[in-house]
Amino acid sequence: MEVMEAIERGRTLATNLAPLRNMAKVKMSQDSRIHVLTHSGTPFWRDDRVLKAIAQTISAVVVVGFLIFFVGNVIRAANARGLGLGYGFLGQAAGMPLGESVIPYDPAKSYAYAFLVGILNTLKAALVGIVLTTLLGVIVALGRLSPNWLVSKIAAVYVEVIRNVPLLVQLFVWYFAVYQKLPPVKNSIQWPGPVYLSQRGLYLPAPVPNATFGAWAIFVGTAILLAGVLYTVLIRYQLETGRTTYPALTAGAVLLVLPVVGWFLVGERPLTTEIPVLDKFNFVGGLQLTPEYAALLSGLVVYTGAFIAEVVRAGILAVDRGQFEAARALGFSPMQVLRLVVVPQAMRVIIPPLISQYLNLTKNSSLAVAVGYPDLFYVGRTMTNQAGRAVPVFVMIMATYLVFSLVTSAIMNVYNRRIQLVER
Amino acid sequence: MNATSAIRRPPAPPGAVRWIKKNLLSTWYNVLLTLVALIFVFFVSRGVLRWVFFTANWTPITSSLKLFAVGQFPPDQVWRVGTAVLLVSFLFGLSWRVWGGTVGTFALALAVGGAAVAVLPFELSSGVRLWGVANPLLVGVGYLVGRTSLGKPRWAALGWALSFGGTTALLTGVRGVSWLPRVETGLWGGLLLTFLLALVGIVASFPIGVLLALGRRSSLPVLKLFCTLFIEIVRGVPLVTILFMFSVILPLFLPEDVRVDRVLRAMMGMTLFAAAYMAENIRGGLQAIPSGQIEAAKAVGLNGLQTTVLIVLPQALRMVIPAIVGQFIALFMDTTLAVIVGLVELLQIGRAVIQSNPEWLMLDMEVYLFIGAVFWVFTYAMSYASQRLEQTLGVGRR
Repeated sequence: MEVMEAIERGRTLATNLAPLRNMAKVKMSQDSRIHVLTHSGTPFWRDDRVLKAIAQTISAVVVVGFLIFFVGNVIRAANARGLGLGYGFLGQAAGMPLGESVIPYDPAKSYAYAFLVGILNTLKAALVGIVLTTLLGVIVALGRLSPNWLVSKIAAVYVEVIRNVPLLVQLFVWYFAVYQKLPPVKNSIQWPGPVYLSQRGLYLPAPVPNATFGAWAIFVGTAILLAGVLYTVLIRYQLETGRTTYPALTAGAVLLVLPVVGWFLVGERPLTTEIPVLDKFNFVGGLQLTPEYAALLSGLVVYTGAFIAEVVRAGILAVDRGQFEAARALGFSPMQVLRLVVVPQAMRVIIPPLISQYLNLTKNSSLAVAVGYPDLFYVGRTMTNQAGRAVPVFVMIMATYLVFSLVTSAIMNVYNRRIQLVER
Repeated sequence: MNATSAIRRPPAPPGAVRWIKKNLLSTWYNVLLTLVALIFVFFVSRGVLRWVFFTANWTPITSSLKLFAVGQFPPDQVWRVGTAVLLVSFLFGLSWRVWGGTVGTFALALAVGGAAVAVLPFELSSGVRLWGVANPLLVGVGYLVGRTSLGKPRWAALGWALSFGGTTALLTGVRGVSWLPRVETGLWGGLLLTFLLALVGIVASFPIGVLLALGRRSSLPVLKLFCTLFIEIVRGVPLVTILFMFSVILPLFLPEDVRVDRVLRAMMGMTLFAAAYMAENIRGGLQAIPSGQIEAAKAVGLNGLQTTVLIVLPQALRMVIPAIVGQFIALFMDTTLAVIVGLVELLQIGRAVIQSNPEWLMLDMEVYLFIGAVFWVFTYAMSYASQRLEQTLGVGRR
């Protein structure tokens, strides 16, 4: 009965629509006339296209005019002070001492080389910071989500305190109030093992590669490759046949056994540890973290960790409760629910803001200048002061940071495209 | 999220013991975790309390409160800063009555803060204590005035608009008025400068941000390109580089006879930096406007400009108010970076105080923790208020 009614209604609608359709046809056939109308009938100051072109031209002229005005002033000022705007000075000797460097550096090296040292120092702080802050952030996020009231409150206090105090103040506390107030080298604090903490920084035992290191590295590489292949093959087999194949266990065993076997096969030990020893005035040997680097790293890690904790927490909370319950009902253990159901879904929410936190950390590492760690910005600023060529140096600094953020957003785009493919 | 948990909190637990069992001792590893956490909390709080009350030496702070508050502002002119704050208190009281809601939270916070100043356990001049008491009083007066016929949104808005001129006149001085001599911006400092940098940054960046956001969504390719380039370049570099650029390179960009003083240069840097982020916030609001609104406006016969100004912007801006408050908080914390270009805001005052007396050279921890605490109080209060703001705005949303 109802069906018949609906069909009837549809038919009426179609008949009623017929004139409309015809009108559209007429309109289409008249299109050419409308076209003519726009040109002869509408005055040009009301023609949308003309208006837009005018607006474009005006905005372009204004912006370009400003640029010409500024650039003209810069050139005039530079000429008045006898400074060129070219990059020729990059080849000159930098003559500035830098506290630390990843690659060998001395003040006789060129400005270009000093700038490279700055970039590498920034990367050193940023990459190590990213790894540590992710660890800290995830731990705090799990703590905050913990059913244990006390633990979740401790994590909440950490997040709320750290997020609401400026990073620079925290860096000052770390550098001036913590690392600079450590005892002098003679009375340095010894942690369990040969780890020394003093005013001069943190001294750790350093691994030193021997002649056989290359041979051992081949073993390690093979192990990683083999483990990867085994894991994928076993997982696929398990998915196809439903038989348990212990992919993670097998891959882990390969990853562990091969390097150990290799260690003894290559003859001499591939790695020896160099222990810092107290000399007359300072420690010799081992791995040294300067107080500047340590302060910058502590500040960045603790500060960004609070933000990452919130990102991770939000991601996990974004997974629907029903997902937990359904997985539990299917017989997954709580750990399996987390690993196989919650984390993969939470990742989708977490990764984009996480990457932008990584970028923030990298940009914030420019505050190193306040504690005297020779990062990109510090080197650039010293170059400006010494060579007096503010504009070219500045273009270099900004360009480098822009490259960092471009790379970051490229990674983000690739990731977003990938998870979208998975979804559809 | 405090607020949401407050809403969803289950009814009060049936008994303390059951609550403890459920939340602290549910499984064996939870018992262990609770134990470890308890020991941790005990040692940390004992250490902190001992340090705060016995070890720490707070003299650099208690004896330099004026410096921390207003920097080198001439002592006989400090009343002008106080008057400016009182003006704000009054306006907040008025706005509380007029707009209600979260403005009340801000007004109350101001009143409580003022009252707290009056009872601080330090040596303060009676004038300062009086000023502290006057703050809540003026909030009250403002509220009462709001109940009269003056309590209309347009009068409150006019008051705020006038207060910018009034505050500027109070802080910089007026030529030819003997009781308002000029105060160089170089003398502004401490918390005053921190607030000024953040306030000027956020207020001035607002119109620029609106224009940039509209430009980025414009259908004119040239305009769109310029706006997008500006926004992305500024957002891609750290604030320090922008501040440094304004302090070192701006003088080169301008004709030789134009001189801009240092504080103003930092403010310009802050403004441009904030404008790029503001533009992105506002763009978010613009994108959230359903296209039906624009189509309806067109159908009614509004032209492009009218559609933008009368239909799109009012809705979009309302939506992004919480984001703007969040940005203000971030900018407030970012003002510390002005240290790097040599401005004497709160953090730099701290540094100067430590170096002013050889006996205080080892007291970095006290001074920087104090500054951290000051920032924390302000930012935490503001983010709390902004959460409430989000809720009140959310209620009215369709």
